[in-house]
Amino acid sequence: MDALLDAVMTAFSLILTMDADLVEIAGLSLNVSLTALLIASLIGLPLGSLLAMARFPGRRVLIIVLNALMGMPPVVIGLLVYILLSRSGPFGVFGLLFSPTAMIIAQVLLVVPIIASLSRQVMEELWREYHEQFRSLGVGPWRTVRALIWDGRFSLLTAELAGFGRAIAEVGAVMIVGGNIDHVTRVMTTAIALEVSKGDLALALGLGLVLILLSLATSLAGYLVKEFGERRYGA
Amino acid sequence: MTDQPLTAVSRGILPLELRNVSYQAGDKRLVKDVTCQFQAGHRYMVIGPNGAGKTLLLRLCHGLLKPAAGQVRWQEKDKRRVIKGQAMVFQRSVMMRRSAAENIAFALAARNVAKAERRERVEQALFQTGLTRVADRPARVLSLGEQQRLSIARAWALRPEVLFLDEPCASLDPPATHSIEKLLMEISAAGTTLIMTTHDLGQARRLAQDVLFMFRGRLKEFSEAERFFAGPENDLAQAYLKGDLLWWKRRPEEDCVQTQNKPNRT
Repeated sequence: MDALLDAVMTAFSLILTMDADLVEIAGLSLNVSLTALLIASLIGLPLGSLLAMARFPGRRVLIIVLNALMGMPPVVIGLLVYILLSRSGPFGVFGLLFSPTAMIIAQVLLVVPIIASLSRQVMEELWREYHEQFRSLGVGPWRTVRALIWDGRFSLLTAELAGFGRAIAEVGAVMIVGGNIDHVTRVMTTAIALEVSKGDLALALGLGLVLILLSLATSLAGYLVKEFGERRYGA
Repeated sequence: MTDQPLTAVSRGILPLELRNVSYQAGDKRLVKDVTCQFQAGHRYMVIGPNGAGKTLLLRLCHGLLKPAAGQVRWQEKDKRRVIKGQAMVFQRSVMMRRSAAENIAFALAARNVAKAERRERVEQALFQTGLTRVADRPARVLSLGEQQRLSIARAWALRPEVLFLDEPCASLDPPATHSIEKLLMEISAAGTTLIMTTHDLGQARRLAQDVLFMFRGRLKEFSEAERFFAGPENDLAQAYLKGDLLWWKRRPEEDCVQTQNKPNRT
């Protein structure tokens, strides 16, 4: 019990003194996950809009696949990216394995289905409501997409936050393709896994606390954004 | 801001002619063989019981639906100009998640109205509909009456030659209905042609120059309002005016009507 209490105390002091290791690891986590989120949005938002508005063969299948991929285990994605990026794999020549870039790629694959699926739902709902009015006005396709993204901004932001939550909290993919190399690819989740197995609970707890605070902040932000949107715009 | 008179931009897309227009969903024929002509500057009220095909007729005219048979022909042949010459107000107003003013500005931008003119027209449309006070409020938190007026303001800002209105007062109280009728008369006075469906016979009497009576997808009578309300030729229309037109069983033969011989409702 004493050891545990000790670990908690050390964890707090690590956070309060902004311990160099802790800051570096948390920084890399944020860096990797935010970059992945940005790239995933650039793919996922247009994909979601397309699925919401266009009718083409295979659309239903794509929607179902994307929905299924939302629950894809990160370890499996990690394995897939590992195979693709490994020396003997198709993209082996780039030498990306065990680098932050590889981790970003894996997380992009994890986050795209979330952003695409959730944004499709948001856009489809808006489109159902707007499309007659838009046809009546003769709104062009480009203006339509922009209008739907803007009018769905609060719900879309919630989708973004869900994607970020998934990226920042997953262990499996970044562990496999990153390799948890100190000062290079060690992020919060992989560091926690390692420190716990080493029996060094203090750093693990400290990072764990940071992670919990981040997820809490993310979901709180999601809630507030939605609340604000509803109150202000009846969105 | 001066109370300048409304001016519609006349583009000469009218008259609009429907020739043997039918519409069907699945194997149900919902609009049957409608032939009629709409002239510039008139106020047309489309009346008839539920399911008569009034709303479908409006959508067919406006181009939101394609007829299964027959033709919808405008005088103007340039399709883009035909679209630009029309606007529609829907029964349930579609309010974008923006302020009242931005809702109007969006419609103008969609029709490629220049920015400077956009602002002027937005202000004018808000003023004319009495919404200046709520210009910056989000459209979706406005009252139903205000939302419907905003819908009309948005359509009116486009200066359409023809304005379609699908039951614009369906869920409004009498004062709100009155303010919208007043507005519609102003818009009509500016030269815009109104084609509107309504359930409210009183409203049809107040607004109509011409009446289209529909029943089960067919246009049963099309005549001047005065003549129509003095005594329609069609017996279904007579029954409808008396409030005696009942929905009766579907039979294979021509529309059958069940009328009751009860005293007129006063």
